[in-house]
Amino acid sequence: MDFNLTSEQEALADSVARFTARDYTFEARNRLIGEGTGLDKRHWQAFADLGWLGAGLAEDAGGYGGGPVENMIIMEGFGRALVLEPFLPVALVAVQTLAALPPSTLRDMLIAEIVAGDAIVAVAHGEIAARGAPDYVETVYEGSRITGAKSMVIGGHAASRLIVSARSPEGLGLYLVDPAASGISTRHYRLLDNQHAVDLAFENAPVLETLARPGEGEAVIAAGLAHGLVGVSAEAVGAMDAAIRMTRDYITTRRQFGTTLSTFQTLQHRMADMLVEMELSRSILYQGIASLGQSGVQCTRALAAMKAIVSSAALFVGRNAVQLHGGIGMTEEYAIGHYYRRLFVISGQFGGESLHLKTMAGLSQSFWTEPTSRPSPIMA
Amino acid sequence: MDFEIAPEDQAFRAEVRAFIAAQLPPDIARRGQHDYHSARDDVRRWMRILNTKGWSAPHWPARFGGTDWSPLRKYIFQDELRRARAPVLDRCALDLLGPVLCTFGSPEQQARFLPPILNGDAWWNQGFSEPGSGSDLASLRTRADLEGDHYIVNGQKIWTSEAHYGDWIFALVRTDQTAKPQAGISFLLIDMKSPGIVRRPIWSIDEGLSLNEIFFDNVRVPAENLVGEPGQGWSYAKFLLTHERTTSAVVSHTKRDVDQVRHLAAAARSGSGVLLDDPAFAAKLARLEAEVIALEWSVMRVLHAAENDAAGNAVASLLKLRGSELSERAALLAAEALGDHGLAVMPDPEGNHILHHDGLSPGLTDDEAIGVSAKAMFRRATTIYGGASEIQRTLIAKSILGL
Repeated sequence: MDFNLTSEQEALADSVARFTARDYTFEARNRLIGEGTGLDKRHWQAFADLGWLGAGLAEDAGGYGGGPVENMIIMEGFGRALVLEPFLPVALVAVQTLAALPPSTLRDMLIAEIVAGDAIVAVAHGEIAARGAPDYVETVYEGSRITGAKSMVIGGHAASRLIVSARSPEGLGLYLVDPAASGISTRHYRLLDNQHAVDLAFENAPVLETLARPGEGEAVIAAGLAHGLVGVSAEAVGAMDAAIRMTRDYITTRRQFGTTLSTFQTLQHRMADMLVEMELSRSILYQGIASLGQSGVQCTRALAAMKAIVSSAALFVGRNAVQLHGGIGMTEEYAIGHYYRRLFVISGQFGGESLHLKTMAGLSQSFWTEPTSRPSPIMA
Repeated sequence: MDFEIAPEDQAFRAEVRAFIAAQLPPDIARRGQHDYHSARDDVRRWMRILNTKGWSAPHWPARFGGTDWSPLRKYIFQDELRRARAPVLDRCALDLLGPVLCTFGSPEQQARFLPPILNGDAWWNQGFSEPGSGSDLASLRTRADLEGDHYIVNGQKIWTSEAHYGDWIFALVRTDQTAKPQAGISFLLIDMKSPGIVRRPIWSIDEGLSLNEIFFDNVRVPAENLVGEPGQGWSYAKFLLTHERTTSAVVSHTKRDVDQVRHLAAAARSGSGVLLDDPAFAAKLARLEAEVIALEWSVMRVLHAAENDAAGNAVASLLKLRGSELSERAALLAAEALGDHGLAVMPDPEGNHILHHDGLSPGLTDDEAIGVSAKAMFRRATTIYGGASEIQRTLIAKSILGL
């Protein structure tokens, strides 16, 4: 085990920090929000030029040879700066979904276009009734056509291609779809954190290609979602850390009752709890990354535990960051409220605490032991 | 970054597990399942077995009888001991006094006091807290006045764990009445058989005995029993409290407790099914398990961090705070799993651990339930001892956040 970044990873973290310091000041971010797309094409080109769109992808899959740690570094930095572009849905979820497919000319071409920044591909998998559960899909594939509905496809408004999951009698398949095709209606909306998303309705919509045949899609989409879960947890850690620093700086300067707020022990203890939640989230993020190479049930449990912890921590830190700021924390023009909005969205993204506790509760053994069906007395 | 445990370390875990399985006497293992404080004789027997393997104090330097294991291996070793429910060893001697003597003790003190610890022959107590000095330890008043070649000790210590077993006590005593509070304190080793020492047991709310008061009335202690320099006791105490940064997380205990809850809930009837299938209970257990995973990975981060690593210090600071909370929560959940019988007094079948031998309770001897309700009560202390949670939060706010 080694919890230190390599020099290359340090350089990547520095590079992300330089980009956000220059291009993602709070004022610049507000201007981008005002433009109404949540996507600056120059930013996206920079992600491509800096190699970030393929940073977490193995070389033999068309990436630059990194892995989930590289993605974590980028997402943590993006969390600190509240980056708006749909990096996570494209560079993590879509790319890793594609990478989990067997190599093919089509797959390799799609990955190459994404990594080069030439194509934005989003995965349309989640549905309103799934509530984040990865295996619940009502959308149907029949006779080369898709019928059904997908919800909250972040970045879907900008996507040139969609990867759509749909069910057949043989199981789940994945299909490449042109979002401009007939039979697809789109509802474009903003999330509370100013990311952009779409809901999609498919009515006998045509597919361009079959990416994973019916029955082969579950494992592929699971791989993409696993990287998404890890990425969003890293983003949460970055946003929590930034919110904690911002709150600490605020209470050490804000004066009430003739002294700074930081002298009140109640506030000190609240901030200690916020720090603890952030550090525990980082710890369990690491175990989530470690689980990506493990077998199905181990990985399922590890990621569920990770997101359960991160979801509750994100809310706790975000809510209390606003609380400690007082009234100013409620204002649109002050940054801390935007951290809460991001952390609120992250808390529910890919399923909230309840979903992931339910997943854990459905497993027959704990993290570190054999099955419970052991004979008495108490512990074998 | 690399989050995988190396194959050699996994093999080490298997080796430790096999050794314990082969060597832990069955009667000791059986008593360990009930979670009462380990009996003195069980600890002694087990220490001698470990000592034949050279494993009774792995975290000490090798030249004093320890090992050169990495921090991860030391953790794995403790994790396996807890998993097997081996006796809880004399922590005061092994984790607190040992490292201080190895670092600050004289060669004579090291030669005299360390070997009996390794062989389980000497049981040590920690004499820090006093009736007027709990969280505010530096205000302690027990005094030691030098007369010729002896210190004369007068005062009182309290909350002394397992002092009814104790052969020796290492105590913080005030040797200089004029210095500033922290500067006048020395670290003194006192034979518990000395004339003038009176022990009084303090029965706790779990109806168990682990705590004691100790009174010192003109107790004569040879001056050679002072460790290091006079007036440096406070720095030695700080050293011992920070030396072992991950023990206070008690994560291995709590992992085992989570498994116990799961086992109890899988057997506990709930309506026509079992409690483990009750969604509300299962969610509570899942939440506890997730938090314990986060805690264990925090321990991993600290084990692999350098002593002065700022990030490592930040993580280390949360281990006691959260570890103690989870420890209590696991015990409460175990009691909840037992339903009505989780509210009942379940006597220790060995008869050592109950205040009122009134003849009523022995009727209830549900093997699954023994020790569970007592543990729920005793664990109320976890967020109080070793630096209360409120102290921990203040430390985090000041030392990590700079508030």
